[in-house]
Amino acid sequence: MTIADLLAGPPAVISAGVDLMAEALRSQAATVTSVDWRPPVSEGYDPAALAAVLADPRTVAANALAASRMLATRAVLIDVLPASEALGLTPGQFCHAGPPITWERASGPMRGALIGAMIFEGLAADAVAAETMLAAGTLADGSPISLSPCHHHHAVGPMAGVISPSMWLFRLQDVTTGNIAYCSLNEGLGKVLRYGAYSEEVLVRLRWMTAVLGPALAVAVRARAVGAAGPVDITAIIGQMVQMGDEGHNRNRAGTLMFLRELLPDLISSGLPAAEVAEVARFVSGNDHFFLNLVMPAGKLMGDAARDVPGSSVVTAMARNGTDFGIQVSGTGNRWFTGPANYPQGLFLAGFTADDANPDIGDSAITETMGIGGLVMATAPAIVRLVGGAVPDALATTTRMYEITVAENPAFPVPILEFRGAPTGIDVTTVLRTGILPQINTGMAGRRPGTGQVGAGLVTPPMVCFTQAIEALAAAVVE
Amino acid sequence: MTDHVDTRQGVYHDSVTLLRIAQAASAAPGILAAQVAMATELNVELTIGLGFTIPEGTGPQDLLIALRGEDQAAIGAGLAAIDTALSAVEAAAHTGGGFGAVAPPRTVRAAALAAPDAAVVLLTVPGPYVIGEAMDALAAGRHVMIFSDNVPVEHEILLKETAARTGLLVMGPDCGTAIIGGLGLGFANAVQPGRVGVVAASGTGAQQLTCLLDEAGVGISHVLGLGGRDLSGPVGGRSAERALTLLDADPGTDHIVLISKPAHPATAERVLAVASGLSTPVTSVLLGAGLPDITSSVESVLGTLGRPVPHWAHWPAAGPADTTPGLLRGLFSGGTLADEAMLVAGELLGDIRSNIPLRPELGLPPSVGGRPPLAGTGHAVVDLGDDEFTRGRAHPMIDPSLRLELLHTQAADPEVATVLLDVVLGHGAEADPAGRLAPEIRQARQTAADDGRQLTVVVSLCGTSSDPQGRSAQISALTAAGAHVFLSNAAAARFAAGTALGSDRDTAHAHQYQPAKESV
Repeated sequence: MTIADLLAGPPAVISAGVDLMAEALRSQAATVTSVDWRPPVSEGYDPAALAAVLADPRTVAANALAASRMLATRAVLIDVLPASEALGLTPGQFCHAGPPITWERASGPMRGALIGAMIFEGLAADAVAAETMLAAGTLADGSPISLSPCHHHHAVGPMAGVISPSMWLFRLQDVTTGNIAYCSLNEGLGKVLRYGAYSEEVLVRLRWMTAVLGPALAVAVRARAVGAAGPVDITAIIGQMVQMGDEGHNRNRAGTLMFLRELLPDLISSGLPAAEVAEVARFVSGNDHFFLNLVMPAGKLMGDAARDVPGSSVVTAMARNGTDFGIQVSGTGNRWFTGPANYPQGLFLAGFTADDANPDIGDSAITETMGIGGLVMATAPAIVRLVGGAVPDALATTTRMYEITVAENPAFPVPILEFRGAPTGIDVTTVLRTGILPQINTGMAGRRPGTGQVGAGLVTPPMVCFTQAIEALAAAVVE
Repeated sequence: MTDHVDTRQGVYHDSVTLLRIAQAASAAPGILAAQVAMATELNVELTIGLGFTIPEGTGPQDLLIALRGEDQAAIGAGLAAIDTALSAVEAAAHTGGGFGAVAPPRTVRAAALAAPDAAVVLLTVPGPYVIGEAMDALAAGRHVMIFSDNVPVEHEILLKETAARTGLLVMGPDCGTAIIGGLGLGFANAVQPGRVGVVAASGTGAQQLTCLLDEAGVGISHVLGLGGRDLSGPVGGRSAERALTLLDADPGTDHIVLISKPAHPATAERVLAVASGLSTPVTSVLLGAGLPDITSSVESVLGTLGRPVPHWAHWPAAGPADTTPGLLRGLFSGGTLADEAMLVAGELLGDIRSNIPLRPELGLPPSVGGRPPLAGTGHAVVDLGDDEFTRGRAHPMIDPSLRLELLHTQAADPEVATVLLDVVLGHGAEADPAGRLAPEIRQARQTAADDGRQLTVVVSLCGTSSDPQGRSAQISALTAAGAHVFLSNAAAARFAAGTALGSDRDTAHAHQYQPAKESV
C-alpha cells in the first residue's frame, strides 16, 4: 500500500471504538472491518506504563527483530552427555524448573523430585534423610546444597525439571547463533521423578537411563552428527509434527516416532548389544512424550535468540516452579517477573481429583513461548478433549493467540488454518491491551511429594507477570 | 457396596475421551469409583489394583467398564451416565467439523492482518488508548484517522513522525471530519463529487465550508483532516504538509482549500511555504479575529473558481418574530462554528464569554458537574464538543442531552433573549437531530413566554440536501418549532446578535436572505 493509493477511491476501513462510526461507514456501502475493542487491563499496575511502552518508538521494530530471531533459529541435536559435564554440576548442586525457589517455598512435587534426586545421586539413603539435608541446605559432609533454575544454565526441564550431576542431557545447538541449550531425557508418564515421584521404580528407571539410555543415545547422536546426514534437525521434526497432530507440549507422538526413525540406523550400527539397542528403542517408542525433551531445548534456543533486544516486549521464557510462575522479556534481560502459579483446569487420572493437584509446574511452557503447545491447539484436535474442549474451541484458541503474538512462524505451519504459521513471540503489550493470556497445555502433578502425575489440562500465567514486566519495560524507555 | 464390571467389544475411544466418560460416571449419585478404559495390560492392572475382578479373555480391543457403587441403583446411574457420555461423544463426531464462529479481531494489528486492503484505520477509542491502535495501523502500513480527543500531544508527535518515515497520513487526533473518494469518515456531509480538495485543521469548519460550496454547486474531491493541534508549534504541521502533498498529486483535485484556526506563526509559515510550492493552486482560509468568516471565504473561493455566489438560504421561524433585547447564549457542538459565532456576534455585542474564549480574560469559570456555569456571565457561547465536555460522554453531535438541558436553563434565565444553536447533519451525526430538538425549542420558547418574555432561537444548520437526515424535513421541524434556520453560520450569528440587541431582523446583517429554495 502506498500513500497514493489512499485517494484512488473510497477506501476499505478498519474501525476501532464507537460502533456508530462503523455503522455510518457501512451505511455508505463501505467495506468495514470492526475491531472488538475493549479497554486494556488496568488493575494491579500503573496503566501509564503500558502507554509509555507503546509510545516508545523502539517497540515495534524491537519486537519485529526479536521475533525474527526466534524464527531464524535452527536447532540441531549434537550430543547427549551427563549434566556434570554439560553444566559442570557437582554433588549437591541441583537445577530445577521455573524461576528461583528455595526449599522452604518449594511445592510437593518439587520437593519430591529433589528428594528423589538426592537418593538417586547417593547423597541420601532415604526420603527422610534427603528431606532433612535439603531443609538444612547441607549434605552429610557439611558441603552446601544449592538450587538454581535450569534457565540459568541454558537448560530446561519439564515439570519439576530437577537435574542432578549424573543425569544425562540432550545438547542442542542453534545453527544460526551457535547458542547451546540442554534438556534432560524424558522418563515417560505416571510415577516419574519430574512429577515428584521417587519410589524405587522411579529410581530404577533413572539408573537405567544413566547406565544404558544416555550412553546409547550418545553413541548414536554423535555418530549421526559427524555422519553424512549431519545432526538430527529438531526444528525440522517440530515443523512436521505440528502438521501431524502434535502441538509439542501435551502431544509429542508423531515427533517421538520421527525422532526414533532418524536415530535408529545409527543406534543399530552403534555396536551396542542388540538387546540394549532393543531396550532403548522400546523405551523411546513406548513413551509418547520422549520428544518433548527435544522440543523444549529447541524452544529454549528460540527464546534465547530473542533475548536482550532493547525496547522489545517479546516474552523470551515462561516457566513455573510449582509455586511461582515466571516470565522473562527480551527488553529486560534475565529479570524474572513472577506471580503465584495457577491451578490447571482439566482431566484427572482415575483416583485423583482437583484436591490432589499442585499448582502449575515446569519449564515446558517454553513450548508456548516458542509458539507451539497451547498456542497451536488447533493443530492437535486429538487432544482437545483432554482439556475439556471441542475442536472449535481449539481453533478459537489458536486464532486468539495470534492477537498476542508478533509473528507467524512458517516453519511450524498449522494445516487446518490454511497452513498459517504458528503464532510466535508473545507480546507483553498486546497481552495487556487485550487481556488475553497465553494458553498453556500442561500436565498436572500431585501436590504431595511422591505422588506423580494426577492429570492434564489447561492453564494460563497470572496477569501480574505481565503487569510487572510492563512497568520494568516502561522504566527502561529511553526518554 | 456393589461392584460392576463389563466389557464392550468393537468400541474404541482414545484414552482422554474415556477419562471424560469415567469422570461423568464418577459424578453419578452413589458411585464410589469408576474406570472406563480400553482394556490394555496397564489399565487391567490398574483396575485390578482398585479391587475389581476382570473377566478372563479381556483384551486391549475391549472397552472395560468397572464401577463401584453404594448399591445397585448407583451402578444403574453410573452406567446411564456412561451411556449418555458415550452417545454425546458419538453425536459430536457426527456433527463435528464445524469450525465455529470466527471471533472479531481485538486489536488493529489483528484487523489489519484480516483486512489487507483496508487503507484507512478510523479510531474512536478513548484518547489515552489511541497510541497502541494507531501504532498498529502505521506498522501495518495504513493511514490513520484519529477521531478521539484527549490524546497526549507527545503521542501525536510520535505518530506523525512515525507516519512521516513511512509516507503515511495521520489525520487527528481530534479529527472529526474526512471525506476520501466520496466516503465520509467521522462527521461528514453528503457533498457532491467534484474537484476541490480540502485540508482541514478544523472539523466543523470543513463541514461548513464544504456544505456552502455544495450549496453553490461546487463539488469536493477529498477532505483530509489534520486535527486541531496539527498547526500548533510542537506538532509543527506535519500532517498538513503530508495532506497538501497528497492532494497535489491527486489527479482528481484541481484546487485546494486549506482551512485552519489560528496557527502557530512558524508552523503557519512553513505550511504556507509548502502550499505555495505546489502545482495545484491553494486558497488558505485562516479563521480568526479580523479575518474573513467562513462564508466570506467560501465566496472568495467561488470567485477564484469563477463561480457565482449564491444567496445563502435562510428559513424564518413560523409565527410572530418579536424580539426582546437581552443576552445571547450560544450552545454549539462544533468548535469552529462556536469560534466564528463569537467573532461575528462579538463585533455587534462586544465581549462574549466562552470555554474556548477569544481572549483568556473571557474564559468561563471551570465547569461544575460537567456543565458550563452560564448564569450571570453576560453574553456567552460554549463549545460542548470540547474535551472537557466529552470526557466519558459522547460528542454532542451524537448525544444532545447536555445541550437540551442547557437550552432549558437558558430559557428560564430572564436575562437571556436569544439562543444560538448549531445543528450539524451528515454521516455520523444523530439520525434526526430536529426530531429531538424541535419539541425542546418549542418548550423553551413557551417557558420564556410564560414568563412574559420572548426567546429567539436561531439555528445554524450545517448540511447538504443529500445528507441522510433529510435536510428539508429537518428545517421544517425547526422552523415550525419557532427557530430561525440559516445555512451560513456567520449569518446565523449576525442575526442572533441582532436579535439580542433587540433589533428587527432586517437591520443587523450583512447578507441578504432569500426564501428557502426547498419547499419546507
